[in-house]
Parts: sequence; C-alpha cells; structure tokens
Amino acid sequence: MQMIEPRAMGTPLQRIDGAAKIMGTAPYAFEHRLERPTYLHPVQSTIARGRILKIDTRAAESLEGVIAVITHETAARLASDENKELWVLQSAKVHFRGQFIAAVIAQTPESARAGADRIAVEYEAARHDVSFSGGRKDLYAPKTVNAGYPTDTNQGDAETAFERAEVKVDSTYTTPMEHNSPMEPHTTIAIWESPKLTLYDSTQSVHSVRTTVAKSLGLKVDQVRVVSPYVGGGFGSKGEPHAHNILAALAALRVPGRPVKFALTRQQMFCLAGYRTPTIQRFRLGATRDGRLTSIIHDVVELTSRFKEFAEQTAVPTRLMYASPNRRTRHRLAALDLPKPSWMRAPGETPGMFAGEVAMDELAVACGLDPVELRVRNEPERNPESDNPWGNRHLLECLREGARRFAWSERDPRPRQRSDRGWLIGSGVASSTYPRYVLLGSRATIRCGERGQYTVRIGAADLGTGTWTTLTQIAADALQCPVEAVHLEIGDTEQPNATVAGGSSGISSWGWAIVAAAQELRRLHGARPAAGAEASAQTPKGADDETFAQHSFGAQFAEVRVNTLTGEVRLSRMLGVFSAGRIINPRLARSQLIGGMTMGLSMALHEESVVDERFGHVINHDFAGYHIAANADVTDMDAVWLDEVDDRSTPMGSRGIGEIGIVGAAAAIANAVYHATGTRIRNLPITPDKLVT
Amino acid sequence: MTPFAYERATDASSAVARVAAHPNAVFLGGGTNLVDHMKLGIAHPQLLVDVTRLPFSKIESLPDGGIRVGAGVRNSDLAADRTVRERYPVLSQALLGGASGQLRNLATTAGNLLQRTRCAYFQDVTVPCNKRTPGSGCSAIDGHNRDHAILGASDQCVAVHPSDMAVALAALDATVVVLGRQGERRISAVDFHRLPGDAAQRDSMLEHGELIVAVELPALPVAAHSVYYKVRDRASYAFALVSVAAALEVRSGRVHDVRIAFGGVAHKPWRARRAEAALRGAPATEEVYGRAADAELADAKVLKHNAFKIPLARNTLRMVLRQLAQGGR
Ligand SMILES: Cc1cc2nc3c(=O)[nH]c(=O)nc-3n(C[C@H](O)[C@H](O)[C@H](O)COP(=O)(O)OP(=O)(O)OC[C@H]3O[C@@H](n4cnc5c(N)ncnc54)[C@H](O)[C@@H]3O)c2cc1C
Ligand code: SF4
Repeated sequence: MQMIEPRAMGTPLQRIDGAAKIMGTAPYAFEHRLERPTYLHPVQSTIARGRILKIDTRAAESLEGVIAVITHETAARLASDENKELWVLQSAKVHFRGQFIAAVIAQTPESARAGADRIAVEYEAARHDVSFSGGRKDLYAPKTVNAGYPTDTNQGDAETAFERAEVKVDSTYTTPMEHNSPMEPHTTIAIWESPKLTLYDSTQSVHSVRTTVAKSLGLKVDQVRVVSPYVGGGFGSKGEPHAHNILAALAALRVPGRPVKFALTRQQMFCLAGYRTPTIQRFRLGATRDGRLTSIIHDVVELTSRFKEFAEQTAVPTRLMYASPNRRTRHRLAALDLPKPSWMRAPGETPGMFAGEVAMDELAVACGLDPVELRVRNEPERNPESDNPWGNRHLLECLREGARRFAWSERDPRPRQRSDRGWLIGSGVASSTYPRYVLLGSRATIRCGERGQYTVRIGAADLGTGTWTTLTQIAADALQCPVEAVHLEIGDTEQPNATVAGGSSGISSWGWAIVAAAQELRRLHGARPAAGAEASAQTPKGADDETFAQHSFGAQFAEVRVNTLTGEVRLSRMLGVFSAGRIINPRLARSQLIGGMTMGLSMALHEESVVDERFGHVINHDFAGYHIAANADVTDMDAVWLDEVDDRSTPMGSRGIGEIGIVGAAAAIANAVYHATGTRIRNLPITPDKLVT
Repeated sequence: MTPFAYERATDASSAVARVAAHPNAVFLGGGTNLVDHMKLGIAHPQLLVDVTRLPFSKIESLPDGGIRVGAGVRNSDLAADRTVRERYPVLSQALLGGASGQLRNLATTAGNLLQRTRCAYFQDVTVPCNKRTPGSGCSAIDGHNRDHAILGASDQCVAVHPSDMAVALAALDATVVVLGRQGERRISAVDFHRLPGDAAQRDSMLEHGELIVAVELPALPVAAHSVYYKVRDRASYAFALVSVAAALEVRSGRVHDVRIAFGGVAHKPWRARRAEAALRGAPATEEVYGRAADAELADAKVLKHNAFKIPLARNTLRMVLRQLAQGGR
C-alpha cells in the first residue's frame, strides 16, 4: 500500500472547533437559527401492545399557541414500511410502550407540551410480553447477527472436548439493558419547502439519514438535505435515523415553510433511540491442567423487538480471541414487545468480551496461572475462524507493556490479601479487541483555491470525537501542505457521500477517500495544481482485506477498592494499552480511549435500565435513576498505545480507535473486584447490594 | 405542563396570605425540585410565589448557643459556613453529599426539606402512585423497589425521603420554624416529616400556605464530634442507598452522649432512638454497636429488592460509630 508521509499526523493538534464549542458558537442541531420556528411535542402510548380505538385532539387544538395536531388518522402517508421502526403514525397499532401516537405542533415548546397533555386516547390493550429470560420456550436463531456475521459457528466437537477437559469453567454472565445516553438529545429541525425537505439533525451520518428519510417519505434523494456539523455524542444511537426524524418530517409537511423543532426529552430517549439488549451468556471453557484451551463454548441469549429484528453479535469476538481446537458459538433471541435495540458502544464486543474475559480470569484461577500468562499460552497463530494470517495482532505486546507499567508482577495472585482502612484492594486484567472496518462508499472532493489553499469536502460526521481536526491533519499530509492550508467541510449532504461514523470506521474510510482524492488531484493536475483545479475519489478496497485478519487489540488493567462493610466499589487506577495502528492525533486519541474506558467503568459499576414487566417500559428513565460514571468515579485513568503503523489497513497506517477503549474494561474491573474480595460477581452492574453481607 | 402565574414575594406575611388564599398556589425556592415536577406533570400549580428575595438568607447565632438558619440560605452557603463546619460537621457533610455543586448553589434550606421522593413511579405520571394520585395504588410495592423503605412503610406507600440535609437535622434535634396565617409555630425536625400511613400524599406536617422561615439548631456539644456517611451507587451525585448521621461522645470507654439518624430507609429521616438508648452509657465496643443497630432494625420489613438495606444500615452504623470512637470525624 502506498502510505502517506506523516507530518501533521501524529501531532497533538488542538481541536480546530474547540474555541467555537467553548464560546457556544458551534451550532448543534437544535441551535440553528431559523425564522418563525414551530415546536413539536409527541404523545406516547401508555400501553405496550394493542391498538388505538379513539384519539381526541380537540382540547389540544383549541389551546392557545397550538397550530396543529397529527395522529395516525391525519398524518401524511409514508411510502415505505420496509423499516418498521420508521412506520410512524401510519396505523392504530401499538408495538411498545412509549411509541409515538400523536404530536402537537405549536408556537412555543410550552404550548406544544401543554397540548400533548390534553390529548385523550382510548386503547384496546392486548397482553404484552417483555419478560426476558434464558428459559423462554420461544427463543429463536436469527438468520444472521449484526454486521452480517453468522449466528452460530462450530469447529471440532466442543461439547465432548469440554466434557473431557481436565479443567473446566462453566459460568453464566449477565449484562443488563443499557442506554447509549449521549449528552445531546436526539434532535431534528425539519422544514418542508416544496419540493425540498431540509433536516438539521444530530446524527452519525447525514447521508444515511437522507436516503432513509427520502425512501420513507417517497421523495427523491436529492429532494432531501441533511445538515449536522456538530454532534454532542451518539455512541451508536445516532447511527441510523429513528422515529423522531420521521415524526419531525411529517410535522413539517403539515406546516409548509415553517421549521419544526423537535428534541427528545431524556425520558423519551429511553424508548425511542435504541439501546443495548440485555444478555445472558453461558460460557464454558475446557483446558488442560497447564491452561491450554481445548474447548470454548459461548451461548448467548438476548432480545429483539417483535416488530423489527436486531441481533447483537455478542459471541463474535469469542471466535477469534484464543486458540482452541474445538469451539462453538451461538446466538438466540427472545422477541418482545419492546422498542428496537440497536448499536451501542462497540456492539457485540462489549458484552461478549465482558463474559469471555471474566471466564478467562476464572480459568486462570482454576489452573493456578497468572491471567496474563494464561492468555500468552492461548495466543492463536492465525485467525482461528478464517485461518487467515493476522494483519497486525499485538495482543501479547499490549498485555506485557501494560503489566510492566502497572507493576503487575508485584501482585499477590491470592484474593482478599490487601486492604487499607476498611477497603479491600484488588487488581484485574482483561484483553480487548475490535475489528478494523473500512466501509466502502465514501467520496471526497478536493478543490484548489488561491495561494495554495485547498477545500476538502466530504459528508462525514464529528460526534465530538475530533473528526474536524483529524481529517484536516490527514488532508494536509495527503496534499503535502500545512494544516492551515486545508479548509475542511463536513456534516452536510451537499458534500459528497460519506459512510456512517460507526464501527470505528470513520477516520479510516473517510481519510482514505481524502487520500485517494489527493492522489487523483495530482494525477490530473500535477504536483502544483492551479486554483480551480478539482478532483474527487472514493474509498478504495484494501488489497489485504480478504487475505488478512485485521483487528485491533488491547489490554486493560484495573485496580479497585471495595468497602468491606458497605460493598461500595471505587476504581482507584486503570490503564489501557492499545494496538490500533497509527494514532493520528494523540491528544484526541487519548480522550477517545479514556472515554471508552470510562464507559466500561460505567458499565461495570453503574449502568442498568430497569424494565417494569407490568408496564413494559424502563422506569429509571432519567440521569438520577440511570447512573453513568461521574467525575468523582474517574480517578487515575490512563491510556497508551504501541508505536505502530499498519500498512495493510489504510494509507494513513491507522485502524480506528472509536470503540476499542470500552472493550474488556468492564471485565478488568469485575476481575479486580474478585481479586479484592474473593467474591465473583457475574451479573453487571456490580453495585453495593451485590457485595454487602 | 400547565400555564402558571409568577409573583415575587416582598414580605413573609403577604406571601403566606397569598398562597393560603389560593388552593393551587405554591412557594418557589431554588426551583430545582418543583420546576422538574412541573415539567414532569407531577405538580400543576397555577401560581408560584417566589420566596427567595425574602430576608431569610442569614445564619445567625442564638442566645442559647445554637444557630438559626434562614429558610432561604443556599445549601452551598450553609455547608461552607464556619460555625456549621466546626460545631455541626455532620450537617455540612450531609449537604456536600447531596446533589451537585450547581444544584447546591440554587437549592434552599426550606426547599431541601420539602423535596419529594425519588421513587421512579412517583416521577412517571403514566403509572399508578398513591403519593401522586391518592387511591391509584402503589406501583413500587410489587415493582422495582431496590431504593425503597425498610422501616415505617405502609401498604399505601414504601417510598423513602431523599434529603441528606434532613437526616443531619433529625440527628441534631433541630427545629423548623414555620409562619402561618395564625402566626409562627415550631415543629421539631424529627416530627416534621411523616410516615406514609394512609395518606401517602402528605410528606410533612406543613399545612397549605405555611411558610418555612428558618431552621434552628440547639447548642449541642456532642454535635462537634459528628459525621455523615452516605452509601451510594457512585462516588458522587447519587441519592443514598442508606446513610447515617451520627454524633458520639465517649468518656472513659463508655458512650456519654450520642445522636443517630438514618437516611434512605424510611418515608422520613429516621431518628434511631432505640439504637441511641442501647448505646447510652454502654461500653463503646463493636459488639455494642452491633446490638444498637439490631435494636433499631428489629422491626425492619423488606420488599423484593431491598433486603440488602438491613445489613447495609447495620454495617454503616457500625463503621460510623467505630470511626467516631477512634476520634475520626
Ligand atoms: C439531579 C439531582 C440530584 C440530587 N441529588 C440530591 C442528593 O443526593 N441529596 C439530596 O438531599 N438532594 C438531592 N437533590 C435534591 C435537591 O437537594 C433539591 O432539589 C433541593 O434541595 C430543593 O431546593 P429548592 O430550593 O430548589 O426547592 P424548590 O424546588 O424551589 O422547592 C421544593 C418544595 O419546597 C417548597 N418550598 C420552597 N421554599 C419553601 C418555604 N420557604 N416554605 C415552604 N415551602 C417551600 C416548594 O413549594 C416545593 O414544594 C438532587 C436534585 C437533583 C435535580
Ligand atoms: S412507594 Fe409511594 S411514591 Fe412510590 S409508587 Fe408507591 S405510593 Fe408512589
């Protein structure tokens, strides 16, 4: 692969949008200043299954300030019901509690809300079922799981090998339902100026919002424009359009020419913007006495909504982490009357590696081996599933570097040995992995301006991750110019197509398109192109994509303190060491990785959405009830990486770092809690009630 | 959300008259609880009478050696007050254990006392709740009740009171000074909040139109040696699972004086008189601490998800007493 020379890449350039964000001049979706705005407030179903018999909107319509009310009887008809999540206000059917069943358009947000309160609904309720358990008789195997992976895999005879193994671990782990919870709520401003629909949106992909919304409404793609220059976090929940986009568009059709502003409340985000399925994972490991795996069996039960399937790929990392001649992985789903789960913070790897890496810790204890050494003994030479050679697997280097920095060798392996003034202290380790994804379909355009300036355009997204800055650095190196000479434009469908900011693929996919466009510019216009010269190119397919197994790896080390009397767990120290190819901007990378690790901490100790089975919805649906790690929980946390350039992955040498930080983090903390206390908690989150005696 | 009128009170008695005359009027403090409730549809006042400009924002010394805290004193200011930190550290610590810096800057003493339960069902108008809609039923009793009461609950309501400050005040024998149309009356902090009984909708003994003007703390020597420990799911910014406010004085190995209140266990801050009685005069030993905790928790009743609160309350009390006896604050 022809690599670009790093000049700007690798430097800790400050966020180029930082000052605007601090001064509040960077417009987030809701903040775009538009003339004569209207405001939308939805009405949500209060049953989890059934149909609407009657919906009385008169009291709302007569309220001062209310412009219109839309219901399934009065909203415009949509063109496509292919995506059932987006089949909004089209029928009397209720699929889950909290579903949109009407909406009020008003002159102020207060009158929209007051109007929504005055809408009377009569239902015919059907018996709903939101009860998630591994014992259900109706569990089924989906055709594939998320990202197109096979549902089940089978190598050798895993059951027999497990039965015959000298050492066995057979444990069941659970992770609860979790919600993405970005700080900025899901927000859309929709304006219908026939024949054009414009959406100011908070999204991980303007182009996929455009194509999806156009299809849903029966518009041509170029009738729709989506603008999203700044996003306050998404974590997967803004990776695809949700029902609120369609609701805002339907409202816009009702008030042509006037912008309709719509931001979900925090409570609404708990039923309308995706979430992670809870998981029940039975993990079986069989090994020889000296810790060589002979069998790995990973059986996953998770849930999907009844009206549209989403199957998290929880067992997928188990297919490649460790060597074993026998291996079986399996996903089964319960279809329930709940909203549709979706992508959240490294879907698949996050829950799957929690179970797998705690199971490995249990095996280390059972074999009397150091957990780092256990992983060394089971390092596969090639990808165990495809048998392809590794592109760049550096798991062991990460483990060894982390062990050195964390002073792992001083650790007494026996649990419950260290304490300090009533707090037990323990440490734990876990591996981390994430696939290298490059998505095809992005296109970048570069245009030369005066005095060696370049305008680089691509409809990419910055979720707060730093895209504005890193793509500028890549463009500068691709064009061999200073970063000041690059004028980047992203976040608008007026710019060429860009794939979603998801799967940690953004910088790899978009950056490569920019590199390809720069090469094309030079091919067409020479080394010193004149002002006005322009070129455009798409992300190419990598030559090694089919022949090499390309993944990032990492090692997470955690130290916790557990109060012997109250069961409170506090993280005192955490280190992540990652192998992710070239790090394009160390300042931003560190913040991404620490952010991921913090989410892992949050998953380990705090996050849990509680569904009340009688009602069918999440009852702790705000930030007082749904705990996320806060500043005081995050103390001494650091992330470092191996100095590495991956020339099989991208011409920048990078592999993507968005998600790997969270993977394995919860397992390292859970393993540390075991080491501190001698109590193995297999059900997240690890809260005081599970430890107090 | 219901449209409402807003007025700024200029003197206390007309504020009382205004609210008392209007069945749908309420006082507004920092608004950090009330305004949330209005947005959530839990409260529908038609008139808000803002009392934050009334002259109740001072902390004054009383002739008997106690202090008088104005109803409008912000939680941050009260926590930072030198006298409070030196003579009633438990109060300062309780305040700092609550909410966040921004919220404490706004929250007032009176508003903090009158904040309402964080029971998730209470805050969700789409489900039954006796406290919000009397007679509709209690969703928590057979629902998710990890956060709920183990002491003093009824079959109408099992919610807990969320205030940390109020737990310290209950331990400190504080008095709430209230102004009504008939003039002032004084209610002890311990009796200020109610148990749910068959009127879950009533959190406190305050009548409609009564205005809290101050909270008074007695001169209480034992209080100088006091702590607040709050057990919570994360290191900050979470309501108590269980909390303990305690003051202890040990002389020659025996408990000379003691004050204890629990938070997170009942519909009101739970003054632990039985535990105090078991401790007073007894040797300051682990065994006695355990017995005192058992005496207090003897009548505890658990629900499906909150059984852990019994060992948690017991352990936390033991930990706090041990720490105080060893001279730590
Ligand atoms: C996210 C979050 C986390 C929190 N965490 C904690 C915590 O951990 N611990 C904790 O203790 N608290 C916590 N709180 C609650 C916080 O302490 C209260 O919201 C605050 O103390 C209320 O004070 P206020 O002045 O804003 O009251 P307001 O919201 O103004 O009023 C509350 C009630 O008091 C009434 N009222 C106000 N003043 C008077 C008066 N003078 N006389 C009579 N009635 C009056 C009002 O009518 C209303 O009914 C939290 C709050 C939030 C939002
Ligand atoms: S415990 Fe009390 S506040 Fe909670 S649902 Fe029951 S009645 Fe309502």
